[in-house]
Amino acid sequence: MLDIDGLNLSIGDTPILKDINLSIEPGQILGIVGESGSGKSMTALSAMQLLPEGSKTSGSVHFNQHQLLDADDTLMQDLRGDDIAMIFQEPMTALNPVHTIGDQIAEGIMLHDRAERRDAMARTIGLMERVGLPVSRFPLTRYPHELSGGQRQRVMIAMACAQHPELLIADEPTTALDVTLQAQILQLLRSLVEEQNMGLILISHDLAVVAEMTDQLVVMRNGEIVDQGPTGSILRAKKHAYTAQLAEASSHIPERSQPPVLSELATEAGLAPLICGRQLIRDYPTKRSNLFTPAKPFRAVDGVDVTVYPGQTMGLVGESGCGKSTLARMLLALDPPTSGSIRFNDLELTTATVDELQAARRNIQVVFQDPFSSFNPRHKVERLVAEPLYLEPGLSVAEKQNRVVAALEEVGLQASALSKYPHQFSGGQRQRLAIARALITRPALIIADEPVSALDVSIRAQVLDLLTELRERLGLAYIFISHDLSVVKALCDEVLVMDTGRIVEHGNASDIFDNPQSAAAKMLVEATPDLERALQNRPSGSR
Amino acid sequence: MIMFLIRKILWATATLAVASVLVFATLEIIPGDPAQVMLGINATDEAIAALRQDLGLNKPVLERYFSWIFGMLQGDFGNSYTYSVPVNELVADRITISLPLALLSLLLSTVIAIPLGLYSASRRGSLADTSIMALSQVGIAIPNFWLALLLVYFLAIWLQLVPAGGFPGWDAGFVVALKSLLLPTISLALPQAAILSRITRSALLETLGEDYIRTARAKGLSTGATIWKHGMRNAMIPVLTILGLQFAYLLAGTIIIENVFYLPGLGRLVFQAISLRDLIVVESVVMMLVATIIVINLIVDLAYLWVDPRLRHRSA
Repeated sequence: MLDIDGLNLSIGDTPILKDINLSIEPGQILGIVGESGSGKSMTALSAMQLLPEGSKTSGSVHFNQHQLLDADDTLMQDLRGDDIAMIFQEPMTALNPVHTIGDQIAEGIMLHDRAERRDAMARTIGLMERVGLPVSRFPLTRYPHELSGGQRQRVMIAMACAQHPELLIADEPTTALDVTLQAQILQLLRSLVEEQNMGLILISHDLAVVAEMTDQLVVMRNGEIVDQGPTGSILRAKKHAYTAQLAEASSHIPERSQPPVLSELATEAGLAPLICGRQLIRDYPTKRSNLFTPAKPFRAVDGVDVTVYPGQTMGLVGESGCGKSTLARMLLALDPPTSGSIRFNDLELTTATVDELQAARRNIQVVFQDPFSSFNPRHKVERLVAEPLYLEPGLSVAEKQNRVVAALEEVGLQASALSKYPHQFSGGQRQRLAIARALITRPALIIADEPVSALDVSIRAQVLDLLTELRERLGLAYIFISHDLSVVKALCDEVLVMDTGRIVEHGNASDIFDNPQSAAAKMLVEATPDLERALQNRPSGSR
Repeated sequence: MIMFLIRKILWATATLAVASVLVFATLEIIPGDPAQVMLGINATDEAIAALRQDLGLNKPVLERYFSWIFGMLQGDFGNSYTYSVPVNELVADRITISLPLALLSLLLSTVIAIPLGLYSASRRGSLADTSIMALSQVGIAIPNFWLALLLVYFLAIWLQLVPAGGFPGWDAGFVVALKSLLLPTISLALPQAAILSRITRSALLETLGEDYIRTARAKGLSTGATIWKHGMRNAMIPVLTILGLQFAYLLAGTIIIENVFYLPGLGRLVFQAISLRDLIVVESVVMMLVATIIVINLIVDLAYLWVDPRLRHRSA
């Protein structure tokens, strides 16, 4: 159905794709995996002919009998959305904020079938039901901002499948969603493929996801296909070095030389906790529904106890919106709890004075998720990394610089980085900078909020190794917040599972993964894609 | 929505109150006695004192402030010192020129700028885009009084198509009156259009880089339909902001153009009132302008809500 043959693409003078050959049949799911910049998305966009300006292509892209590379606009407009449809990564920005979801889904139907608005809306209702958004709860007059990320992605899918396309291209459709939503969306895509006998190209950086979903697999690197064939045999054989490397990186477990720090043992040994939150509650005000009844506050964190010992790595997992980040903000003393107490060493953070807090903050640092937006792009590394040193007044310029250099060296960067700007670093290097910034005050505790979820698997593996090594060398404790259980499993001694503001399970990392007790933990474990499990579950002898 | 309006109106009232204090205080502090100015430098002290008594300038400041405010609330803006007629009448007279002039200029500038900006954005980097942007750069750089002089020279003196200045009044006939507003309208509108077209272009370009534009293209919409249905409305917010500012400017900031064309508009009225220390006129006109600008801002805010449902949500 789709046949890409010898496709080359360059933008300006930069070659982007080199000699791409792939094809897909109706009812088949083709996975394209690779790291960022490998050309996965560009390959897909070339089938839609939606390449960026200044793109030059050669080779051929055949869809049924059409040669798409030199197709004119009219033909492409007929095909797009009708025969070939696409789902994008970012559900938050891929829908137009000023039109209702009903209008946006119906638009394609009206365009391609010249349907009356009323008929298009009637079909839209059916589509919404099919993707799990019954109009009784999600009226067509809703705007995108009134829906969650997962719901928006369902709208995108309804939009893409409206015309029963022969080929659906899904570009990282679940990357921005948490694991339980990811599992639901993937299930939806799979059943749509079966129902409509569609071809599906699933682009992902996650080997476990493609291992669960796809029949055929293409592995890309630097604009080239390095490995391709039936998914099962490609991932089992790992014949190609890069495929093997990706597989290793995606299930990477950092080596540890020290035993895990377990709370039970620490208590027995009479160790004092590093940080200890008791009965933490955080309410947020909500809008009042009318003038006369007071608004009922939203309880984001509901009676949470958390204890972390020196040198311990505590994982904090849960679906998005379960209160993980609010809890982290309270532990960082950025957000006061509505009630409850937080003791850090011997200091009660909730009643501490500004000076006391300043001293405590030296010992609690944070690493955020996105290494791209958490740095001021106009400052140099020296200034960015030195920022937390305001907590230690009285350092001379030379002392500051020495500390920055030392912190950079801790994370494996050179002193020459001092005078560079953030954009001169890759994503992984920037996350190293973020860690250096956290290390510079020589903290005892680092709270890391999804520190690797924006990174490619091989870089993620390096950062996990770095975090592990720093912990052992510097005796750091971590609170590691993530929705990605495989990462938590690789790194943490113990895990707290959060659900709707409460801790529902607490235990050793391996126990929780192998034998989850609470419903929330079971759901998370089940929804987390796992490469080994996916390969085992593939019917033996299948492709 | 109703809460939003109530909040806006409360804000507007507070703004007006603060503005009234500022306007009143400013004119109290600046040097120059209206009685002195009205009677000329040869006036005797007794004559000046008598006039001050007449004008009520000897009453305490607070009393004068509150009688001014309560007068305004009842629609009585007092009498002009120099013209000895109610300020209401003066303003009503002038507004018949200034308001049509402002509206016409705004209309002309919008009609020119928005299509040009949209066209430029949709053909980014083309010869047409470059030329339009170069022209708009010139349009911003040219002072409007100079443009006015050029227009007078070519269209009024050389080709004799329209009068070079003055305003015969709407009684002289609609077409005749409109003709005499033509050149001022153009001289005001073109520089505004230059700014507005650049804003429109950059707003649309920014919008066209958004993910949902790609979604629309992936649905099969043509480039034109994508811009029209998905680009335009999202690009309107900065355009509306500028339109609001431009209207406020066009209503009262046109003293130079009114002088070039001998138009007895609001700008000239304020200008003359300031130089003659006709405080009541200055204060009242400024307050009316403040009120107008607040109303314009309210309209712009409501337009934002109409354009962007996310704001409706936030302001509900």
